[in-house]
Amino acid sequence: MAEPTIGRDIAPPDLIAKVTGRAKYAEDFRADGMVFAKLLVSPMPHARVRRIDASRAMRMPGVIDILTAEDVPEVSGPGEPVLSNEPLYEGAPILAVIAEDETTAADAVEQIRIDLEPLPFVIDPLQSLRPGGPNARLLGNTFSDGDFRDFKWTADDFDRAPAGTLPMGEPMVEWSVGDLDAGFEQAALVLEETLNHQSMTHHPLEPRSSMAYWRNGRLFLHGSTQSAQRTGDWVAGALDLDPDNVVFISEYCGGGFGSKISSQPVMLISALAARKTNRPVMLRITRYEENAVGRARAGFQASVRIGFRSDGRVTALDLYIVQDAGPHGAGDYNTAASVASLAYTPQAMRFRGVSIYTNTPPRSAQRAPGGAQIISMLEPIIDKGARQLGIDRVAIRRMNAPDATSTFGPNQSTLTSAFVREALDRGAEMFRWEERSRLSAQRNGTRVTGLGIGLSPFVAGSTGFDGLLVIRPDGKLYIHQGIGNLGTHSIADTARAAADVLGVRWEQCEVVWGDTSKHLPRSSVQAGSQTTFAHTRANHAAAQDALQKLREIAARDLGGVPSEYVSADGRVYRSGNPSRGMSFAQAARRAIELGGKYSGAEFADDLHDDTKRAVRGLQGQGLVAAAKDNYPRDGQTYSFVIGFALVELDVETGHVDIKEYTAVTDCGTVLHPRSLAAQLHGGAVQGFGMARSQKWVFDPKWGVPFAKRFYTARPPGILDVPRTMDWAAVEIADPQTPVGAKGIGEPPIGAGAAAITSAIADALGGQCLCRTPLTADVILAALEGREQPNGPLEIHT
Amino acid sequence: MPDVELITEQGTRGFSRRSFIKGVIAAGAAVSSTSYLFRTNGASARSIAQGSIERLVTLDVNGQQRRVDVLPHETLAMTIRYKLGLTGTKLGCDRAECGACTVLVDGVPRYSCSTLTHSVRGRSITTIEGLEGPNGRLHPVQEAVVHEGGFQCAFCAPGFIMSMVALVQANQNPTRDEAAHALSGNLCRCGDYNKILNSAMRAAEYARRNA
Repeated sequence: MAEPTIGRDIAPPDLIAKVTGRAKYAEDFRADGMVFAKLLVSPMPHARVRRIDASRAMRMPGVIDILTAEDVPEVSGPGEPVLSNEPLYEGAPILAVIAEDETTAADAVEQIRIDLEPLPFVIDPLQSLRPGGPNARLLGNTFSDGDFRDFKWTADDFDRAPAGTLPMGEPMVEWSVGDLDAGFEQAALVLEETLNHQSMTHHPLEPRSSMAYWRNGRLFLHGSTQSAQRTGDWVAGALDLDPDNVVFISEYCGGGFGSKISSQPVMLISALAARKTNRPVMLRITRYEENAVGRARAGFQASVRIGFRSDGRVTALDLYIVQDAGPHGAGDYNTAASVASLAYTPQAMRFRGVSIYTNTPPRSAQRAPGGAQIISMLEPIIDKGARQLGIDRVAIRRMNAPDATSTFGPNQSTLTSAFVREALDRGAEMFRWEERSRLSAQRNGTRVTGLGIGLSPFVAGSTGFDGLLVIRPDGKLYIHQGIGNLGTHSIADTARAAADVLGVRWEQCEVVWGDTSKHLPRSSVQAGSQTTFAHTRANHAAAQDALQKLREIAARDLGGVPSEYVSADGRVYRSGNPSRGMSFAQAARRAIELGGKYSGAEFADDLHDDTKRAVRGLQGQGLVAAAKDNYPRDGQTYSFVIGFALVELDVETGHVDIKEYTAVTDCGTVLHPRSLAAQLHGGAVQGFGMARSQKWVFDPKWGVPFAKRFYTARPPGILDVPRTMDWAAVEIADPQTPVGAKGIGEPPIGAGAAAITSAIADALGGQCLCRTPLTADVILAALEGREQPNGPLEIHT
Repeated sequence: MPDVELITEQGTRGFSRRSFIKGVIAAGAAVSSTSYLFRTNGASARSIAQGSIERLVTLDVNGQQRRVDVLPHETLAMTIRYKLGLTGTKLGCDRAECGACTVLVDGVPRYSCSTLTHSVRGRSITTIEGLEGPNGRLHPVQEAVVHEGGFQCAFCAPGFIMSMVALVQANQNPTRDEAAHALSGNLCRCGDYNKILNSAMRAAEYARRNA
């Protein structure tokens, strides 16, 4: 019997291509006669295009055509257009020039005369909420119930708020559970803080370039996505094409972090330009453009009040978030509230929030959207509570941590599993918390030590997607994966569920991915840390279907009943008698001969239409197995990461040196230890950038950004992180999924960010600055007791 | 959005011709964001840009003499990616901020996005494609990366690997800290630095073994 693949370090199938340079990302493809598109983007935060004079550009040798907003699909509501005559942020694409070469296209862009009428703009949601304040869009500053609204608070709402605290007018969303007033009455300690979390760009290393061409009405599009099958579907929908006429290829994706989930309007420019010019078109996105169109995390201006019982139990939590929704909207604030509710299980909680458009780059999910922001803001306040009540900081988290019986969020949802205390205990032991806590705020020369903890929950699984496998006459198991290949190794790691059900050695498995012409099943978008949970289930279900078909074929040819047969090592044989059986190769040939359900000619009716189409494409090529994940699940699936950090803060420079970091997770069964470590550490490193360095800076007068590139909004480099980082997993299976594994992409970033905000507060003697990023100027002002360089609610400064 | 007037050389394709609105003519204020610029061979003859005359030069790339037409302002990254077909070298920023385009010039790591092709004539250029030995045998650094489980999205991988090659050529006994400094010109947005350092230390071990 082959050794199970789950739980082992196995090199992903794309690794050799990645280390030799043979892995082709979107910009690495060429096509005969390929030409280039170049964008003209808005120089203003909000404007109306009145006139485009492209006559000089069009006369230039080598210029082929231009693509304007008239050539692209219309969007409804607040949706993001491909090109627009009402650009809503500096950098928004207005048109594209297509030319024989890129230099000519760029020169031609310079020759276009464009008449722009500046329109009112706003970069701070609180300004838009003021009576008579500017709106980011002509039709309003928010969108609800199918309509834009001009949403304002009263002058009194603003006047009532003491200086530096969040005004809290009428909310757009509100929920509460439990008796909030009673919760605060019971509290021995009530802390109230104003919070300010920055917006920040995703900046995957690969900009979202794309290349497209058409052949006989069929679109071939090379793009960069987190979710291959679903992005192909989205392209077909956006261009009103039959999905069979879209070949979307993204075998490698140079990072997404939530910015390349599926819909990416800018990717359609190459497709539309190629159709218009009848030439293959490459659109290379620059780093500057990536900053504009590449999506960003939503910023929060917030206020929180937390009540603690004398033993540290959180009795009440009252949260108000003003969300910076960018020009097209964001959903982070709702998730933030649910995550806060889950992290501390307050006995009573109220959440209120508003989400306001601004003329800043579009927002989308960014790794733990909402969760990472709220955890990095609240963890230092929990520390403050512990300090004032004289309680250990691990103990206060232990006291409030959720377990499998907890309920959370507006609907008092339940969990499929939670082993947070186990993870806390393990982390405290590994990090030597008790012994280390004596170092807290100890000064050595100019350096002060700070210790931090970040407890980060995030959603980690969905259900109901399809698995699709083929055992071919070559005897191999082909696992078709519609998810993306963005660096998490999920295409291989979730395939292990199928290999193990069938007892197949990994060397006998081939993963098929990244090209919608290769017959991919309906898959989850690779976002929200759904994939591990969703697709171990889907592949498990499909493998059960394959196993049943193998047994039936064997019993039919070799006698007995199907249940007497087992599958192992690439053979199906009578239990206890390996010689009485047939190889996968033989079974595949028999499946083709038998036809019907064995060869994919017939299939289950509950499969998604996309999967049915894929099965039809594979029909007759072997033993085809396809199944929908119908495994039961009761409750929501969350994973948890707890980060422990030790920092040294230099009191003369304000520099924070992260010396040590340990992450411990409850993410159920571990599929691939080394890849899990990479998620835990990589996510933490992104969290370090969020806590310490990455931010936007806008000119408030003109609404244009300054920090648009790596060097102005700097993500952590290799010298900014500890030389070694530690990790562990509690490795307790989630009981509500056959493999026991939960997702892990997202919670690591909040753990990393919060461990640092918590550690810096600790080094400052318990002073919670309640804003991110904690740059040197902010820290020095706090150390020296000077006024902060930014007001508590000022953003993009 | 109503009333946009579009003028092309074919004549005005108006959505409205009734406008003679006195607007702010923002010609020249529009941002073209020309960060990457590239001219392919085919169109250069028709080019109108100043100083865009290509010259045929010979480059030593991965041990081969490659004849190629090069513009005066052309970067090495563009030459190797678009004219020599070596797309393993990546462009992450095109402005010397990320190191994805790192290649070796006479054994020294250089950002090919910020190196003019004309400046490296007669120098020995190594790209990620030039590391494998005969019969596709992996370079010890590549072998080390595979052994350690490699990168995540791996868009940074070719650049990091070239920096690792330069590191182990210069120092076969680096400390973890020295390795970090040697790789500090490369950015990994997945934040996979712990595994990258593991790979670098493993690469040094393999280099010692082969020495």
